[in-house]
Amino acid sequence: MSTTAATADGAAGGGMAAVRDIPLSETPGYNEEIVKRFAIISVFWGVVAFLVGVVIALQLAFPLLNFGEYLTFGRLRPVHTSAAVVAFGGNVLFATSLYIVQRTCRTGLFGGKAMAEIIFWGFQLVIVLAAAGYVLGITQSKEYAEPEWYVDILLALVWVVYAVVFLGTVMTRREPHIYVANWFFIAFIITVAMLHITNALAVPVSITSTKSYTLFSGVQDAMTQWWYGHNMVGFFLTAGFLGIMYYFVPKRAERPIYSYRLSIVHFWAIIFLYIWAGPHHLHYTALPDWAQTLGMVFSVMLWMPSWGGMINGIMTLSGAWGKLRTDPVLRFMVVAVAFYGMSTFEGPLMSVKQVNALSHYTDWTIGHVHSGALGWVAFVGFGAIYHLVPVLWKRERLYSEKLVEAHFWVSTVAIVVYITSMWMSGITQGLMWRSYDELGFLQFSFSETVEMLHPYYVVRALGGLLFLLGSFLMVYNLWMTVKAVPKATGTEPVSGQSGAGVAAPAE
Amino acid sequence: MATNDSHKPDIDPLTGVETTGHSWDGIKELENPLPKWWSITYLITIAIAAVYLWLYPSFPIGKDSLDGSLGYTERQAVAARIEEAKAAQSVYVDQIASASLQDVAANAELVSFAARGGQAAFNTNCAGCHAVGGGGLPGGYPVLADDDWLWGGDLEAIYATIQYGVRSDHDEARYSEMPAFGADDLLTSDEINQLAAYVLSLSEGGADPTSEAGVLYADNCASCHGEQGEGATDLGAPNLRDFVWLYGGELEQVAGQIVQPKHGVMPAFVARIDDPTIRMLALYVHGLGGGQ
Repeated sequence: MSTTAATADGAAGGGMAAVRDIPLSETPGYNEEIVKRFAIISVFWGVVAFLVGVVIALQLAFPLLNFGEYLTFGRLRPVHTSAAVVAFGGNVLFATSLYIVQRTCRTGLFGGKAMAEIIFWGFQLVIVLAAAGYVLGITQSKEYAEPEWYVDILLALVWVVYAVVFLGTVMTRREPHIYVANWFFIAFIITVAMLHITNALAVPVSITSTKSYTLFSGVQDAMTQWWYGHNMVGFFLTAGFLGIMYYFVPKRAERPIYSYRLSIVHFWAIIFLYIWAGPHHLHYTALPDWAQTLGMVFSVMLWMPSWGGMINGIMTLSGAWGKLRTDPVLRFMVVAVAFYGMSTFEGPLMSVKQVNALSHYTDWTIGHVHSGALGWVAFVGFGAIYHLVPVLWKRERLYSEKLVEAHFWVSTVAIVVYITSMWMSGITQGLMWRSYDELGFLQFSFSETVEMLHPYYVVRALGGLLFLLGSFLMVYNLWMTVKAVPKATGTEPVSGQSGAGVAAPAE
Repeated sequence: MATNDSHKPDIDPLTGVETTGHSWDGIKELENPLPKWWSITYLITIAIAAVYLWLYPSFPIGKDSLDGSLGYTERQAVAARIEEAKAAQSVYVDQIASASLQDVAANAELVSFAARGGQAAFNTNCAGCHAVGGGGLPGGYPVLADDDWLWGGDLEAIYATIQYGVRSDHDEARYSEMPAFGADDLLTSDEINQLAAYVLSLSEGGADPTSEAGVLYADNCASCHGEQGEGATDLGAPNLRDFVWLYGGELEQVAGQIVQPKHGVMPAFVARIDDPTIRMLALYVHGLGGGQ
């Protein structure tokens, strides 16, 4: 592992420094403490999310495992989804975005320590209050937006602070241009604020009551909900994580981004198109035909803009393909990009009404979501965290690359097991629901289609279990990295920090 | 794409491609053009979208929307398919709806149609309690594939039971209630234990009507369940000597049923399912094995 200081980097940035007149030796006062904190907590919530996921997968396979009132599938399912998306995904996004914005703007966080602390503690409080509410049965019953009004308000406040810190940092940057990763983070922050606040508009029963009623009703409520739900995937899990990809992939591969032009075109195309695609969640419902049409065609047009990110991610490796063999951390991120490409092809496909007629309400959707959530979101997140921990704790390397390798393979097998079982059960389910005999009668009853699912559900739980076990390897490896690996001697430790063109020998 | 911070192009040595000349934390960007296949595919999806928007309802105008050249609406499409499906079945369904159940049962073609339609309706509406195939479930969900009938096993009786249900809220519902001999202190627990053993012996043999238990049975149970325990379908009183036990055939289970009887409930389907389907259900259940 190379510990070359940023000399080559200094040479490359020479021209820029002449413009900005800031010597690279100057310490920009990065707040890395907050990044550390977010990194730790994201791993913690990740394990929680995977664990609860395994529990509810087992509950679906073996309904007897629904114990009591508080630990039933219905109450634990939002705990799983919120832990995965908001708690794990959210904290990964905080950790990486606050790290990247400082590095690529070459300045510390705007608003100082206090505002960063507010984001951290405020966000963790949101998670705990939300999860406690779910288990106790306090929910506004909107998928992926289950928390009641008091949690929603708190989240909105935390989010505004985050926006101020992030945008403030970008505005006080000491670089002439805004790096592409930050475009994606800005889009993510602004859009999530808009989505969350709009979809959460509700009137509480009273100031002391946990219950509230949404401002929308009927099909408007459904449309608002799926405008929110779809774009949470689009801006939280796609735009935000593309921001992560745009920093860590070139960093780790030590190669330039493949195409600046593609970055621009696919960024604006994604931002413009994604926001319209929500109605594809409501095909063949009371939603007016015209809205369904728009939801479908905007999803189809979204295919190539989404793939722009995949191309930029994968082609950035040209000239550094060999690193895939030797650097499991980079492999996590590149395989993530591949899963991203697969999911963003599958998504538009499933949005086509004729395909949706088969896939909707089946496990195919669950498989699709998890190829994105496990394959893309979690893998990019793992890659970023594996890269960040030695940097943040100034360790010369990770404790064990072998364990990263093991984690990679265990989780890759886990994902394949998971999504193939869901594809098979989903498509079987869809076909059974629509099969009629020659006399025009339904061939299968609903209970028969449920019975059929059992073996697939067992296999799915197994996939989830493997993924959970993989995360234990990560926890151990990261713990030992901080505990047992000697301090780095250079100013810029670990690989990925040496200048372009100097191929760092990976271990 | 020129940036203001370099005069001569910065070339990536590995690929020979120019960079944008800027570096963030050591990361640069290449000036590669958009991949051609990417641009073309993107344009194709846009063209597909344009055609689709032309064909189908698309943009909202006030409370209405652009219709689309195909004149398609989902509501009409569904209604048309339902009509089509109904028309395809009407030859059989109309006859089943108008003829008597006996006449339908005598027509082999109609019976085989009703068997399929009844099965589909059964698996959707009935199998949750009575199990696929009518095998019943433990805990008071009767087997329908045997010849032990609580409320009668001929076509008319089955038809009526499905229509109005058992202890449902329908006025015509089948209704019976066995007294709670233990809970209401009508019998002592000693007497109940004797009775339970006697009831079991009705099936297993050795029942002595002159014994103390036999007298207890004659006094308390025979009016509904019959002198020999043969039951009465007009009262919904189960047969006690056929080894079929709705709530279990262990001594404690039988005694428990005497102490505080459980009474099953079946919904009335007359308001849930159309009449021809209920008729098909009756024919299907009748044909499961035990129809009389």
